[in-house]
Amino acid sequence: MTVLVLVVATLVIAGVGFFLGRSRALSGVSGNVRDLHSLPGYYGWHVALMAALPAFGVLLVWLIVQPIVIERNIGSLLPAETVADATAFKLAVADIRRVAGGLDAAVLAGALTEASAAELTSGGTDVRAVLAGVGVALGSDVTNDTLLSAQMYRSMTATGALARMIAVLAVALAGLGYALSVTRAEFRARNRVEIVMMGVLITASSIAILTTVGIIWSMLSESLNFFRQYPATEFFFGLTWSPNFRGGSDLGFIPLLWGTLYISLIAMIVAVPLGLFTAIYLAEYAGPKVRAWVKPLIEVIAGIPTVVFGLFALVTVGPFLRDYFAQPFGFGNSGASVMTAGLVIGILNIPFISSLADDIINSVPQSLRDGSYGLGATKSETVKQVILPAALPGIVGAVLLAASRAIGETMIVTMGAGASAKLSLNPFDAMTTMTVKIVGQLTGDTDFNSPETLVAFALGITLFVITLGLNVFALYIVRKYREEYE
Amino acid sequence: MEGPIQMKDIHIEERVVSDHKAKITARGVQVYYGTNHALKDVDVDILAGTVTAFIGPSGCGKSTFLRCLNRMNDTVSSARVVGEILLDGEDIYDKRVDPVQLRAKVGMVFQKPNPFPKSIYDNVAYGPKIHGLTRNKAELDEVVESCLRKAALWNEVKDRLQAPGTGLSGGQQQRLCIARAIATSPEVLLMDEPCSALDPIATAQVEELIDELRSQFSVVIVTHSMQQAARVSQKTAFFHLGNLVEYGETGQIFTNPKDPRTESYITGRIG
Amino acid sequence: MTVAATNPMPTPPAKATHSLLVPNAAMGRRNAAEKRFRAYGLAAIAVSLSVLGIMLWSIFSDGLSSFFQAKLTFPVTLSSEVLDPAGNGLREEMTKVTTIGYGKLLTAAFTAELAAKGISTEGVTDKQLAEMISKDAPGVLRAKVLGDTSMLDQTITMSVLAAGRIDGYLKGRVTMETAERDGNISPEQLQLADRLKTARILGSSFNTRFLTSPDASDQRPEAAGLGVAILGSAYMMLLVLIICVPIGVATSIYLEEFAPKNRWTDLIEVNISNLAAVPSIVFGILGLAIFINFAGFPQSSSVVGALVLSLMTLPTIIIATRSSIRAVPPSIRDAALGVGASKMQTVFHHVLPLAMPGILTGTILGLASALGETAPLLLIGMVAFVDNYPSAPVEGFMDPATALPVQVYSWASRSDPAFIERSSGAIIVLLVFLVVMNVTAIILRRKFERRW
Ligand SMILES: Nc1ncnc2c1ncn2[C@@H]1O[C@H](COP(=O)(O)OP(=O)(O)O)[C@@H](O)[C@H]1O
Ligand SMILES: [Mg+2]
Repeated sequence: MTVLVLVVATLVIAGVGFFLGRSRALSGVSGNVRDLHSLPGYYGWHVALMAALPAFGVLLVWLIVQPIVIERNIGSLLPAETVADATAFKLAVADIRRVAGGLDAAVLAGALTEASAAELTSGGTDVRAVLAGVGVALGSDVTNDTLLSAQMYRSMTATGALARMIAVLAVALAGLGYALSVTRAEFRARNRVEIVMMGVLITASSIAILTTVGIIWSMLSESLNFFRQYPATEFFFGLTWSPNFRGGSDLGFIPLLWGTLYISLIAMIVAVPLGLFTAIYLAEYAGPKVRAWVKPLIEVIAGIPTVVFGLFALVTVGPFLRDYFAQPFGFGNSGASVMTAGLVIGILNIPFISSLADDIINSVPQSLRDGSYGLGATKSETVKQVILPAALPGIVGAVLLAASRAIGETMIVTMGAGASAKLSLNPFDAMTTMTVKIVGQLTGDTDFNSPETLVAFALGITLFVITLGLNVFALYIVRKYREEYE
Repeated sequence: MEGPIQMKDIHIEERVVSDHKAKITARGVQVYYGTNHALKDVDVDILAGTVTAFIGPSGCGKSTFLRCLNRMNDTVSSARVVGEILLDGEDIYDKRVDPVQLRAKVGMVFQKPNPFPKSIYDNVAYGPKIHGLTRNKAELDEVVESCLRKAALWNEVKDRLQAPGTGLSGGQQQRLCIARAIATSPEVLLMDEPCSALDPIATAQVEELIDELRSQFSVVIVTHSMQQAARVSQKTAFFHLGNLVEYGETGQIFTNPKDPRTESYITGRIG
Repeated sequence: MTVAATNPMPTPPAKATHSLLVPNAAMGRRNAAEKRFRAYGLAAIAVSLSVLGIMLWSIFSDGLSSFFQAKLTFPVTLSSEVLDPAGNGLREEMTKVTTIGYGKLLTAAFTAELAAKGISTEGVTDKQLAEMISKDAPGVLRAKVLGDTSMLDQTITMSVLAAGRIDGYLKGRVTMETAERDGNISPEQLQLADRLKTARILGSSFNTRFLTSPDASDQRPEAAGLGVAILGSAYMMLLVLIICVPIGVATSIYLEEFAPKNRWTDLIEVNISNLAAVPSIVFGILGLAIFINFAGFPQSSSVVGALVLSLMTLPTIIIATRSSIRAVPPSIRDAALGVGASKMQTVFHHVLPLAMPGILTGTILGLASALGETAPLLLIGMVAFVDNYPSAPVEGFMDPATALPVQVYSWASRSDPAFIERSSGAIIVLLVFLVVMNVTAIILRRKFERRW
């Protein structure tokens, strides 16, 4: 029984339980709803929940535990030296899984019968060819150890699945029976159901925390793995980045950091003045009609996916800058460049800064404007000398948030900045960023044990820490500012 | 409310009402907020060297009229002003008049103290700086000091001129706003309920200040409190539902109102 | 006030009373500064909007043509000698004929048609002639014949894709000059294409296959389509909806209605606001490490993509849902509690239905941003070349798929400029979906907007 079928079966039991519970409660008071403590539906829900929830719990635990148990047992058939070496063992287990999966597929496709799959020996049949026939390609011929282990794996999985089915269904039925047995008129079904729902609500709201924990844990554990293979000081202070999948790479982080910061700097030079002036115009000068049109139009920019900006950088901005600036002035002849990516990210960030700044400027109390106009200040004097200073903390917060977005931006730099890690001041040089390298090192064929791959996790956690720091600081400033005027 | 008893609180000084000439002349002023006709046909002469009080129930258009006098209503997009207001004989709604320049001459203090989020010094120096009234730092220092002295705030703040103006108490903030307003050396000072957010002690300080300011500026003050009007003003205008009902010597308005509405108001029957 | 009264008061500098009607120099300067400042604001808006305009224009001008495709139309006789060497009409036997055989058949038919119409093939070798038909065409013909073996020995009119360069020529991307330098096409072939066009053998028509076909290899840009990407995106959006709405609504209800003010609640709040600002690529790393490497979900599958996108979208949905729950006035809660409903009943019977339009709007907007997300999907393997449709749900969720924005990226990184056209075309499709979603959200908001 597959997991899906098992889930459906449990749900069916729960559904039946709902009606049983409901009718039992009703029959207990011979249909007189007023004698029940709770509405009849709650008795039904109580039974359904008691049937489904523990069963799902068992299923979940089983799904996590079974592969671990099987993996531990499988070792018995493998050579001792394979088991001792963690990496080799991992690879062997992966092989076994593949072969087992292949055998499953072969049985399913009818190339093998269940019995012949169990009795297959590597001497007798060309297992690789058989599996290739059903679309499972193997890198090498299957050794006898692997084949035997795979067969054992299959039989253990099958036994496990059977046991799992029995356990889950038994728990579901037991829950159903228990819940029905306590269903009486004075039973406080509603309170029970509400407690369970409360639990569900609390669990759901903890997902945010789990996600953060997941992010940190996943990146931290692999980063530690990386730093065991590659010294942290060389990573953080190394000036060259030249990964080499045959080993002996230089994985210095400084060129990537430089590229990231340089591009973000250009982006901010574009976005801050444009965004701020847009916000100022919309908040202080534009009439309601202009505002009603222009503000949504500017926000359209924020709704466009970044990959679109990436393509724009690649096919329009990059060649334009190369043909009209870089080449005529002798700055090089690369379309992908810090300038390209920086300009485009800057444009992407305009609506972000302008809408945050617009909110902030609008929250500066009108009384300050009146005070300034009452003294005979012009609008621009009021903006420059009263409104902006008053809104400054909030605007700084908005700029920091925008900077964090620029640093974490991926698609535009992947498509518009280039891939060569360089420590150069020329903005028309192709350079690269942390995010580009994360994508580069983790896509394509990757070996999760080489430092060249693992470095992506170290880059990831560094990026996470930098952006998180900026965000927390920015949110703190913005919140502080809000409190001041509320 | 027992009106007549209240009248005892109002102490009206015998004042020599000088024959000051009119500083501001308003004729047939109408204000509309969209379709709301907020001010109807107001004629007033504001005299130089005089404190004029505007009284009336809330919503009657006192602030609206006050804001016409320095064209602050220009900043409200829905507001439309009709009629003629002359300052020293010049129409302030003339096309050639720059409202910015006008407001330097006709300063304003608001109901809620609204110091800028800057230092005390910068708050006062703001007006002179934007209007380019001083040639150097020393002159500016002098202006700041003299205005803070005039606003009776100097002794309290002279040691912390660089502290933020928002850190002062409510009464101090309002006096700072007055100092800020007189730093542009206006000819008329408009005050919209300047004491309504202040405690009685701060109110007394500000009232005393207003009386001193009279020597240099014409002061127009909107107030909710008739006692205050009686204490500080020489002329009083009573507004009701957008109309200027009665305008005259403060003593006369309070002791011998001509219009029954004025009488009802000052005896506490409307408002 | 004694202080003020006793101190001799220095007066502010005397100011000559200027007439208000006479403009003065200082005012002129200040007003000029004012005008400049205002102009900067207008310029900023103009720059932003014109860049937006240029971007959209460049995408539409590059991409609209991908909805049209050059096709060659000519009669083909499905000779059984070639297609059914065994001669028994059995489908199993016929599958032994590969696309190469069909390719030869097509070339022969094409050459014959040219001869019949008297179109000179001067300067074009036979090989070049064959190359004017897309490499995709034999496969299409083969599928067609195998689908209906009764067509054997009939003459049918085939409309097959022309090669990518010919298509590019019709669209103006390939010119005589570029053809000189291009090893894949010669000016003579283009001249022939002109003659074919006048003979109405070559023509351009609406390209439904762009929306339905799977991706195609580097040599066949003309055959590449968005079918798998649209399906993959649809699967992911469906899953994101299923995952996010219950969790998002449950979280919001808890935080708004039940949560006590304590450390745990604070922690949740801080987490939500920070997750909303974490770079999307970090979620990709999370997906790779946890869902693929740890939990063992298959790479490139919609389910992993959806899980990653859900984690990214949750904060958006939670923030929107919370604000619409908050907008339900307390009086309604009091009324329900007052007639003896439990807190839980109040929330589910009264508050939630009233907050529903807001939740819906927020959800649609969240989905729209998830639909455009690319970076995290790259890390979980969705850039892989997928030319099989994923099967129907539920198993299809585990099949390799790709997504619209990822398809944009992977086409943009191919070398043939024909793929840039496809890439822009894919963006147009993506933007159409986004516009539809956003407009729906706006309409919903307008329709259900309520003033309490
Ligand atoms: N900015 C404005 N927009 C629209 N109507 C206004 C505005 N300011 C005042 N009003 C209206 O004008 C009338 C007079 O208001 P106001 O002058 O503030 O009264 P007062 O200061 O005497 O209490 C009121 O009816 C008020 O609603
Ligand atoms: Mg008022």
